[in-house]
Amino acid sequence: MIHAKYKTGLVFFPAFDWAISPTHPEREERLLYTQDQVFEEGLFDIEGIEEYKPDLVTVKDVQRVHFCVPDVWNVMTESHFISAGGAKTIGMAVLDRQVEKGFALVRPPGHHAMRVVHGARGFCNVNIEAIMIEFLREAYNIDRVAIVDTDCHHGDGTQDIYWHDPDTLFISIHQDGRTLYPGSGFPNELGGPNALGTTLNIPLPPNTSEDGFLYVIKNVVMPILEDFKPDIIINSAGQDNHFSDPITNMNFSAQGYAALTEMLKPDIAVLEGGYSIEGALPYVNLGIILAMAGIDYSKVKEPAYDPGSIRQTHSVTRMIEKTGEIVLSLWRQRERKKNKILKSKDFDERRRNIFYDTDGIHESQREKIRLCKNCSGAYKIDSTSDLGYHILAVHIPRKGCRECKELGYRWYDSTNEDNFDIAFLQDRTEDKYLEHDFRK
Amino acid sequence: MIIGLDVGGTHTDVVLLGTEGLIKEVKVTTDPSNLFNSVLSGLEKITEGIEPENIHRIVLSTTLTTNAIVQKKFPEVGMIVSGGPGLDPELFRSNRHYYPVSGSIDHRGREIEPVDSKEIKKIAKRFKKEKIRLVGVVCKFSVRNPDHELKIYEILKDSFEKIFLGHRISGNLNFPRRIATTFLNAAVYPIHKEFYEAVQKSLEKKGLVLPIRILKADGGNMNFNSSIDFPGQTILSGPAASVMGSVAFSSEDEDTLIMDIGGTTTDMSILINRVPLLDPIGISLGSYKTLIRSLDTLSIGVGGDSAVKIKNGKLQVGPQRLGPALAFGGPVPTPTDALFVLKEMNNGDREKSVNGLRELAKELRLSVEDTASMIFEFTCRKILSEAEKMINRINAKPVYTVHELQEGYKVTPKKILVLGGPAPCFARYFEKISDYKARAVPKWTVANAIGAALARTTCEVIFFADTQRKIAIAPAENFLINIKENFDSSDAVKNAFDLLRQKALQRGSDSDHLEMEVLENMQFNMVRGFYTAGKNIRVKVQVKPGLINGYDDIIVNLTRRS
Ligand SMILES: [Zn+2]
Ligand SMILES: [Zn+2]
Repeated sequence: MIHAKYKTGLVFFPAFDWAISPTHPEREERLLYTQDQVFEEGLFDIEGIEEYKPDLVTVKDVQRVHFCVPDVWNVMTESHFISAGGAKTIGMAVLDRQVEKGFALVRPPGHHAMRVVHGARGFCNVNIEAIMIEFLREAYNIDRVAIVDTDCHHGDGTQDIYWHDPDTLFISIHQDGRTLYPGSGFPNELGGPNALGTTLNIPLPPNTSEDGFLYVIKNVVMPILEDFKPDIIINSAGQDNHFSDPITNMNFSAQGYAALTEMLKPDIAVLEGGYSIEGALPYVNLGIILAMAGIDYSKVKEPAYDPGSIRQTHSVTRMIEKTGEIVLSLWRQRERKKNKILKSKDFDERRRNIFYDTDGIHESQREKIRLCKNCSGAYKIDSTSDLGYHILAVHIPRKGCRECKELGYRWYDSTNEDNFDIAFLQDRTEDKYLEHDFRK
Repeated sequence: MIIGLDVGGTHTDVVLLGTEGLIKEVKVTTDPSNLFNSVLSGLEKITEGIEPENIHRIVLSTTLTTNAIVQKKFPEVGMIVSGGPGLDPELFRSNRHYYPVSGSIDHRGREIEPVDSKEIKKIAKRFKKEKIRLVGVVCKFSVRNPDHELKIYEILKDSFEKIFLGHRISGNLNFPRRIATTFLNAAVYPIHKEFYEAVQKSLEKKGLVLPIRILKADGGNMNFNSSIDFPGQTILSGPAASVMGSVAFSSEDEDTLIMDIGGTTTDMSILINRVPLLDPIGISLGSYKTLIRSLDTLSIGVGGDSAVKIKNGKLQVGPQRLGPALAFGGPVPTPTDALFVLKEMNNGDREKSVNGLRELAKELRLSVEDTASMIFEFTCRKILSEAEKMINRINAKPVYTVHELQEGYKVTPKKILVLGGPAPCFARYFEKISDYKARAVPKWTVANAIGAALARTTCEVIFFADTQRKIAIAPAENFLINIKENFDSSDAVKNAFDLLRQKALQRGSDSDHLEMEVLENMQFNMVRGFYTAGKNIRVKVQVKPGLINGYDDIIVNLTRRS
């Protein structure tokens, strides 16, 4: 008999009847062989591994995180409600202490979905980790959250959502943006002025293998987590760093993913990308589940695995070590840098153009945030897309101070049909979400 | 005429049915140390004065293999197991002579590492030396490609009495369960074979020359010849017998909860539109999790003879049974005694029940009658609350498509059928304390034997096709063909139905009344690069569990007489 050392909950939702399009990587077949492997291994029979049926998230759960344009129903399908719901179900199982660890093996993924959502980017519509985290913050007594994104692509959506939140540490480890979608995620992307340093990016050169990933986790991520002291650790467990993945250029393995999981000890893992559906996913998912549950994974080796042939070069190793040093020193300087900026002005602004590659939508944003010593600052986003929507989105943070809250409502109330189609307000202090559709 | 026989822990129930109804019923005491005698004396009594040629069907449900497994009375079995990537097969060790070997197959059925015939020959030699005659061979993913199991079989086939291959048990994926089930089949094979051959011989001596049928855990039967390769399927057929005895009294368009209230336990199961709900993977028995098709049943430690006591001021019923009710000379008060006090039962010594409950009444500061009501109501409530939990568990079963999650069937029984005893009292109380409609199954004391008698021959076929690899396989049917690229799910269903029909007939089905249905039918496009490289098709079909055709009159008559 096998016993899980750590009681582990799983939501397995392969969405066998949902695809972005028939030949899209995000299609019905994606988790088919993972299911076969997991079933054949008899994982759900192991004492201490519990399978949960996913709940659906509510519209409010989505509104807590996103400004969906024009509304939630237009950017989400049933499958998204279930996928985010799977993450939420697992989060609740962990925080209710039904299980010690949890893994939401769900699709579609979410880590490219940003605060404002006009459509799908990087196969993602809504951010399933963020929806889970904000629900958990509302329903349970948790405050500080660390998200470690180990998908091969930069988790730019999660970064965007937590850009101004000093209580959420977001660390993304990914293939260098100069060589891969979405092209962002460099060490100098550190978060907004009120939350400087709680966004960290660790780009890795192509062909990074086990040594490089595990080096970064051990020498960069773990010390930072120790400093940050999160209440829970979330792993955005994308599996496209695998040597056989068709859309990326890394050399990671099932053994490596399992070892990473064992080192990182996430409370909750959520599946993100991973498109080598036969050669990688069945083995990587198995490795992650076993590592989470504290069961021996030493025999989980994909048939094509040959560590010698995928080992990274010395120059790759040196580049990784250098990036690691840069990130660590940025982390150490964060308070000093942040205070310097906060003293220099009262508001900060940025302008961005965002491309929704999956749906082919262009969006341009103007964002303005109040620099605040008492909270993480209210901000507003003025967003237009080539679908023709012009919206204002106002966010009052969870621990927003009185001034920021009043400012947020002033911003929201000053909108009218002359300047916007829709105005949105997220008042996280009261878990209240308003919108005014001026087109009606 | 049909004979149905069900061996229970205390009684063996036998019925003789004709088209006109229940002709005769017999109860004999079960002798656990000699089941053969129990079965034979039951059959002898029921056939007394009946012309053998009038009997055309005999169905037996016994505890033979179940007992053997629970008591681990096993002969030596040699197990050869190959794993490949994943969990270490050593973790699934079933017995002493268990050998993980090299060789592996992946999830699509492709060979990763070949069988090492030298290694197998060496192990075979060791088995011979240990005088092992029964061997089990199980490979991971053998249901996607049985090649390795077959290769190993070729090496071993002339050296052993019987070899059990993992892929022949079930097309379901679950390597650890495949190992356990293959082992159990091998382990109960000798006792099963010897027992039923002896029964068959004794019947022949009486002039009853017809193939006996054996009830399975899924509520269907198979003939003795088919059971020889899968004797494990006969475990835990008792609960299935009771459920099949209730089917005819359940509703066509409603879910029904079946409760078989025994002395020690209550077994529960669900009928959906008269079809019993099956366990999605297979039955568990003791520490063995198997791939044996079975009804989804729950057994709880509350029954008519459960010991009643007061602990920390609170009433407790079960889970122990220390003996029969006080009214029948037992040692401690039981829910049955409560029924005596309430004058719901009268075939025992009520005085003893009253005296026994008086102690409890004192502690509870209630009258003896109120105490009895409280005990019985408490017992009924406990059974109902476990039933609710079972229904919740069934409805919480994970599903893997958006469609199922949204439209998935929710089990919501509104009716309870009660068997065992005393069924009418329980039915009355269930109605009183809940919103359920409840009634006792007609002839509830022998409904289990009636169920065994009237159960259909059931089986399932799991069919898999991969048009990129150009193969279609139904592993348990020993079926593997090459297919063309344009093979699709409707071809798969057609093939699966053909195989199912053959299998059902071979197992003893009536060819005119095969109620076949598709349980699962999924087709995935396999996309490699930007092109569709093939289709991956998974089909599951079954003969619906149910009653044999032409039972209607029998049932009508049963209802009328009871
Ligand atoms: Zn990715
Ligand atoms: Zn503030």
